[in-house]
Amino acid sequence: MSPEIAWLIVRATIQTLHMVAVAAVIGSIIGVPLGVFLATSEKGELFEAPITNKVLGAIVNAARSTPFIILVVAIIPFTRLVAGTSIGTTAAIVPLTIATIPFVARLVEASIREVDPGLIETARSMGATPMQIVLKVLLAEARPGITLALTLTIVSLIGYSAMVGAVGGGGLGDLGIRYGYQRFMPEVMLAVVVVLIVLVQIVQSIGDGLARRFDKRQRSR
Amino acid sequence: MLNTVQTNSPPQSALADSDSVPDIVRLEGVGKVFPATRKSSAVTALSSIDLSAPKGSITAIIGRSGAGKSTLIRLVNGLERPSSGRVLVDGEDIAQLPEDRLRHIRRSIGMIFQHFNLLSSRTVFDNIALPLEIGGMARKEIAERVTPLLELVGLADKRDRYPAELSGGQKQRVGIARALATRPKLLLSDEATSALDPETTQSVLELLKRINSELGLTILLITHEMEVVKSIADNVAVIDGGKIVERGSTFDVFTHPQHHTTKVLLSGVPGMQLPAYAQAHLSQERREGAEVVLRIVFSGPHATDPVLSRLTGELGVSLNILGGAVDEIAGKPFGTLFVSFLADEARLERVRSTLAGLNLTTEVLGYVA
Repeated sequence: MSPEIAWLIVRATIQTLHMVAVAAVIGSIIGVPLGVFLATSEKGELFEAPITNKVLGAIVNAARSTPFIILVVAIIPFTRLVAGTSIGTTAAIVPLTIATIPFVARLVEASIREVDPGLIETARSMGATPMQIVLKVLLAEARPGITLALTLTIVSLIGYSAMVGAVGGGGLGDLGIRYGYQRFMPEVMLAVVVVLIVLVQIVQSIGDGLARRFDKRQRSR
Repeated sequence: MLNTVQTNSPPQSALADSDSVPDIVRLEGVGKVFPATRKSSAVTALSSIDLSAPKGSITAIIGRSGAGKSTLIRLVNGLERPSSGRVLVDGEDIAQLPEDRLRHIRRSIGMIFQHFNLLSSRTVFDNIALPLEIGGMARKEIAERVTPLLELVGLADKRDRYPAELSGGQKQRVGIARALATRPKLLLSDEATSALDPETTQSVLELLKRINSELGLTILLITHEMEVVKSIADNVAVIDGGKIVERGSTFDVFTHPQHHTTKVLLSGVPGMQLPAYAQAHLSQERREGAEVVLRIVFSGPHATDPVLSRLTGELGVSLNILGGAVDEIAGKPFGTLFVSFLADEARLERVRSTLAGLNLTTEVLGYVA
């Protein structure tokens, strides 16, 4: 493999990591609170707001049912507004983030709903405010589940990022398509796949390790 | 053995309106209706409940599942709001208070739960610290408060363990320490021993009793187990179908139950019911040559008198003992004895009047051939 090709792979890896990292961080900053809200705003719950809950739930479902590649092109005007351009790695981060938010929100919602409602009642009986219940009880108890949810999100983002070649986003997937497929360079394709496998393995191992460390429910030490 | 037992008098007979001891909890004409939803019609969970828990007492509410006792105890710390009536906690009607005032009051009421409700992500120490963190106490002060509580409940060596590493009894001890952390004036117990085995139940009850006497803490508990009431409660209220059907001092309710529900609940307690083998042969009809079956209740100072020898000696009755038990209820000795003997009306009357003269209660249950 020529040094030029090796350099292309390194650059594509950096682009992928850049897109995934920014989308994961911004997506989680918005997605986690949204997930908490979805899990606590039905009738009779902590932040009771059934109508808002329904509306947000419908938006989340709509976003999740839109195929990612369609989302990328459909929001180009919005992307231009936010990123100042509609092509390139920075522009690709916008649709990736938009797709991440509902993904994270639903997974976090599911993790929070796993928390025993008895614990919410217990905290209420201690005079906790709704915010204290979220911070000290719900997020603390759901931490292993949320860790796994974010791990899954990052792994999915690595997959999604392969599609942003459509808007010149670059990254490993784009490299694989352009060089490996269109220019008949199977060794580039192979290298791209190997790098992706290694990335996913690393992310998953770290995520599993953290989740296990946070989970005090079963083990005795 | 029985006369070595102290008969310390429990705080005044409680559930009735009485006297100098102030009530920490007082419910006046409380009702709770859960409004109709799309799936079900309106449910009346509680109606016209009057109840009080005097300062320093242990008051029990007993009932079968679905009787409304969970709703009742949740009214006391405002987790549920009543549809009618007043809920007075230390003189303040909490039924109408806004949520933020209510939160403040809840910090002075501890609560323990059937399933312990400990946070799995926190150590024993941090679980006990939780209500103090919620109250905004400084970290250093929290440590000073939690450490003696760990000693009190006998878990000083478990302070850095997680709940998953503890037994059920230990978890409930953590629950109790946590409930005591804010130095509450009232402890609510929601079926706290129902998930524990009998031995552990006894040790947890003893801990509660100790807390009650050493700290003077008022305890209001709900349970479906008469054994719990018998071991620790000064007063008891029996709830059925959302209404209080009987109430009084534990001793009185146990020794002279009035309501059908109370009798059913008591039937599991040893000595409260004729043993099954005798029950099977019991008939209400008096036939020639049948023996009369009598239940004799010993209580108070006469519980230790040599009654049987008087019956056989002075009245010349030969007794068959069918069953019985001697026990302690709310700290007082109490015994029941089931006997059968051959007797005509006149002799039966003599036996009963003799026993009545000793202040013992008798009840003719029927006849066996």
